[in-house]
Amino acid sequence: MNWPLYEVFIRGRRGLNHVHVGSLHAPDDEMALRNARDLYTRRNEGVSIWVVRAKHIAASSPDEKDPFFAPSGDKVYRHPTFYEIPDEVPGI
Amino acid sequence: MTGSFEEIIARDQRIEPRDEMPDGYRATMIRQISQHAHSEIIGMQPEGTWITRAPSLRRKAILLAKVQDEAGHGLYLYSAAETLGVDREDLTERLISGKQKYSSIFNYPALTFADVGVIGWLVDGAAICNQVPLCRSSYGPYARAMIRICKEESFHQRQGYELLMTMMRGTDGQRRMVRDATDRWWWPSLMMFGPPDAESPNTAQSLAWRVKRHTNDELRQRFVDLAVPQAEALGVTLPDPVLRWNEERGRYDFGEVDWTEFKQVIAGNGPCNAQRIAQRRAAHEDGAWVREAAEAYAAKEAVA
Ligand SMILES: [Fe+2]
Ligand SMILES: [Fe+2]
Repeated sequence: MNWPLYEVFIRGRRGLNHVHVGSLHAPDDEMALRNARDLYTRRNEGVSIWVVRAKHIAASSPDEKDPFFAPSGDKVYRHPTFYEIPDEVPGI
Repeated sequence: MTGSFEEIIARDQRIEPRDEMPDGYRATMIRQISQHAHSEIIGMQPEGTWITRAPSLRRKAILLAKVQDEAGHGLYLYSAAETLGVDREDLTERLISGKQKYSSIFNYPALTFADVGVIGWLVDGAAICNQVPLCRSSYGPYARAMIRICKEESFHQRQGYELLMTMMRGTDGQRRMVRDATDRWWWPSLMMFGPPDAESPNTAQSLAWRVKRHTNDELRQRFVDLAVPQAEALGVTLPDPVLRWNEERGRYDFGEVDWTEFKQVIAGNGPCNAQRIAQRRAAHEDGAWVREAAEAYAAKEAVA
């Protein structure tokens, strides 16, 4: 018997994103949340937990990483440093 | 941009689960992480026997929290091992069938409550020496699990040392218990760092892959240098007649570990090997009905 694998995400404090912390096995969503609480927040490490079945996560593949991320590589104009502003202009 | 396995290692960056990696690297990481996970899980047993007999509610709560942490460490590590494509059920099976090993230290018995203190001080202390450099291990999920584990270990060591200080302030009988437990655990703790460098054939490859950061002997020396002043502060003598400060090296000289005993324990002939595996197997088998019931409930809820 093998319970499904869940990935666990924790919000450490209010104002922060949920961050992936690891995984666990559980028979259903509710048990996954309870197990995640016991496993990953024994010392108040979180204020909110997400669990999601690992099989429901779609991930980009490392083999295709160069073409996949290439479209953003040549768009330097998306960065503020692309623009020349004279030093004497304040506050920009 | 991210480059090949060798380039990532050369830049001292982390390898992640979906990256390409040599078969040997994958096999090494699976073996190391799963043995480490097994050690945490079996490691609950020596101290665990004292939970029901702890001398106060305070000590019982502390010990319960500590043993629960060790279960957590095992689960973080099984989770890291699974990212390499192994199955957790299968790892449990490999442990209880004796196909995979765990740390030799947990095959020694915890005979008195002072052992709980000495295990925290020396065994968790040695584990910390081993584990802190592993926070920079090249395999990302392992390194991240180690960071989490190391944060929790310092409580383990401190509760043990505090327990021993309390006993040393107690009766003659309590002081005797502390000294006796120290005598029994000192040498097995030194064995936790593994065989001497000259007999550790995998070390060079592990260092090249940045799976390990220091050799066994380097870490053992570091542990001795930390433990000796702690023993002095506690008022116990470590059971090594040649232990002394070496002015020239700026480190402690210490005696030779009994490697025959180490090999015997690894080979399954330590004082508690059979008992540890039998207990783990029984816990797994006795828990079958819980797993089945939870699964049946989940199936029923899914239909409803
Ligand atoms: Fe641990
Ligand atoms: Fe520990």
